[in-house]
Amino acid sequence: MFWGNRKTLKMNYFPDEVLEHVFDFISSHKDRNSVSLVCKSWYKIERYSRQRVFIGNCYSISPERLIARFPGLKSLTLKGMPHFADFNLVPHDWGGFVYPWIKALAKSRIGLEELRLKRMVVSDESLELLSKSFLNFKSLVLVSCEGFTTDGLAAIAANCRFLRELDLQENEVDDHRGHWLSSFPESCTSLVSLNFACLKGEINLGAIERLVARSPNLKSLRLNRAVPFDTLQKLLMQAPQLVDLGTGNFVHDPSSEAYNKLKSAIQRCKSIRSLSGFLEVAPHCMSAIYPICANLTFLNLSYAPGLHGNDLTKLIQHCRKLQRLWILDCIGDKGLGVVASTCKELQELRVFPSDLIGAGNAAVTEEGLVHISAGCPKLNSLLYFCQQMTNAALITVAKNCPNFIRFRLCILDPQKPDPVTNQALDEGFGAIVQSCKGLKRLSLSGLLTDQVFLYIGMYAEQLEMLSIAFAGDSDKGMLYVLNGCKKLRKLEIRDCPFGNEALLEDVGKYETMRSLWMSSCEVTLGGCKTLAEKMPSLSVEIINEIEQMEFSLDDMQKVEKMYLYRTLVGHRKDAPEFVWIL
Amino acid sequence: MEVGLKMGKGGGDHVCGCEKVKMGFEETELRLGLPGGGGGEGEAIRKRFFSETVDLKLNLSSKESSGINPNEEKVKGLRQEKSLLPCANDPAKPPAKAQVVGWPPVRSFRKNMLATQKSGSEESTEKASGNSAALVKVSMDGAPYLRKVDLRMCNSYQELSDALAKMFSSFTIGNCGSQGMRDFMNESKLMDLLNGSDYVPTYEDRDGDWMLVGDVPWEYVVHL
Repeated sequence: MFWGNRKTLKMNYFPDEVLEHVFDFISSHKDRNSVSLVCKSWYKIERYSRQRVFIGNCYSISPERLIARFPGLKSLTLKGMPHFADFNLVPHDWGGFVYPWIKALAKSRIGLEELRLKRMVVSDESLELLSKSFLNFKSLVLVSCEGFTTDGLAAIAANCRFLRELDLQENEVDDHRGHWLSSFPESCTSLVSLNFACLKGEINLGAIERLVARSPNLKSLRLNRAVPFDTLQKLLMQAPQLVDLGTGNFVHDPSSEAYNKLKSAIQRCKSIRSLSGFLEVAPHCMSAIYPICANLTFLNLSYAPGLHGNDLTKLIQHCRKLQRLWILDCIGDKGLGVVASTCKELQELRVFPSDLIGAGNAAVTEEGLVHISAGCPKLNSLLYFCQQMTNAALITVAKNCPNFIRFRLCILDPQKPDPVTNQALDEGFGAIVQSCKGLKRLSLSGLLTDQVFLYIGMYAEQLEMLSIAFAGDSDKGMLYVLNGCKKLRKLEIRDCPFGNEALLEDVGKYETMRSLWMSSCEVTLGGCKTLAEKMPSLSVEIINEIEQMEFSLDDMQKVEKMYLYRTLVGHRKDAPEFVWIL
Repeated sequence: MEVGLKMGKGGGDHVCGCEKVKMGFEETELRLGLPGGGGGEGEAIRKRFFSETVDLKLNLSSKESSGINPNEEKVKGLRQEKSLLPCANDPAKPPAKAQVVGWPPVRSFRKNMLATQKSGSEESTEKASGNSAALVKVSMDGAPYLRKVDLRMCNSYQELSDALAKMFSSFTIGNCGSQGMRDFMNESKLMDLLNGSDYVPTYEDRDGDWMLVGDVPWEYVVHL
């Protein structure tokens, strides 16, 4: 078998099984993809041994081809809508349906065990089919999905006999109340992770108590706001082995019996490293968790209303081992100073805005970020919503933290300049891309000219994803980026003066990328048509919510929203009326 | 929603409707609903206080506030604000604050959650702020107005029943004290026990029920 003719001998001096075993150690998708390109026999060995597949755009390939290539598939990750759908820029019925995937997989012999979906439309029908088609199904993770109700969850609970993980993150679920939890049979004792924090309705408290009591392997539990304090205490008594906890309602009277009970229950939970929830909370309630703060590595208080500066800093001072912190901007610049002096291990910080109606009361500025950069040298991932930013601050941050992989800055007032110098923020962001050689993801905001794009094109060699809004002066800006960033995969642009010239300069570039989004720019219908003609391997979608009659077919017409992506399977068949695929 | 403990007319063996009280607890959720109570910041919440206080003082009987849940109104208000955001994006126009679709770039899930929390916060901060009153609305068939009783002031069902008897004894002829409620049928005279006058000050709460002024301590009403 392996003593083939001389040609193959050079490449294949190990038997297939050995190569397969070696490939087992290669887990990253990128690396496995590279492995498959080496030669035909490596391609063959790799494809039969591949168990985990990641598909960043569900329309880039078809389920049939997936199944044909990877018969050993066990875990599938799929993403549907483009990122800007998170911000209501994509109409609801645009697409991203998971049903055809589940249908095709169900018909095949694939022994699917894990399904992870992001920004997809998931119907109850899909969930039911999923639950009945795969004997060994173990893990369902849904992030920012929609289209299903708690009935679908009931089907999963009832039919997946070996379910280990049900993780629902920030989905829009139609809550039919209560009973889906009771659908877990008494025989279900395999749960390791259960997250239903995003559900809005009531749940059967007895059912969750019994479920937790019979799940000895449960490591991660995230409750929704309907779970009261008393129940939390009972659950913790049953599950002292928890590693990750998301509380529901955390409101209680500190002089009550319930409070004391919870405090002692929580003290037994010596393994908790990750804490979130607090969907309803008041300041004096937080002292109950002080006993476990010392070991926390992840703390998410971004959904906790009513906790302000002092409450937050008092709590954080106990959390010296924190690596990831998600928080609301009510912590303030001073509070961030406390974080900086306490959390020396901090790697990821997300500061979300508490005021979303633009009343101009964002509580953090460049000061807070500078404190953090000075105190937390390990910082590599940032999401920061703030009132204002200066070039000087960004330059300091760049110097202090050269390890950024993700840098997302959102100044709440679009196109706001440096308030001290009144200049654009080109130099500041320029410093960031120059200093952070490993930067993979960047989101810009504030007043920006073409200059910042020149810097990005020049320095951001590892950049894979770039988000731009209300920035730039001319096509040059976009061209700097397209020409300079060789590893660019996703580019999303809104409200920028980039037009056809930039779009059409290097059409081959888009084949090296996953997708391009442009909305409210200067690109015209004619430009998009030209692009579509030149690049049949791309799907160029025009999303037009204006009435058909009003929308003229004039090539000079500016396009409201354009989304293009590379695909191996041509135009999708499920596009709604308002999507025109050129 | 507030719990209404209904006390029926007509006699019976009930120890002043203790059974009924039990039913109330099981069926419904206690709401620490103080008209105008609760903490939190925000103009919307302050607005609500204002209108509730006005109702209280002027003893408005207009039905405009009946049946309207202020929480709903507020949430609707917020939603309306969002729908005002224009859909058309004109790159030539500089974007004004709070009028730009999809800005700031925060996931709609998070935005909705924040909005829900803000509108519900007056209830939760009230529970949390240590107000120790568990005020429950009590209605008796035939009584012209309802009463509010603080359950935390009673240490037993007997005490509660006594308190209720005292409260509603004014609707009967004469003085029945705390011996249980009799003569429910007799509504001929309304007596204000404190003042001895024929009239009592009342207000209409958000559910459209007429309530006796004074059951809820003034501090809670104006949220001191």
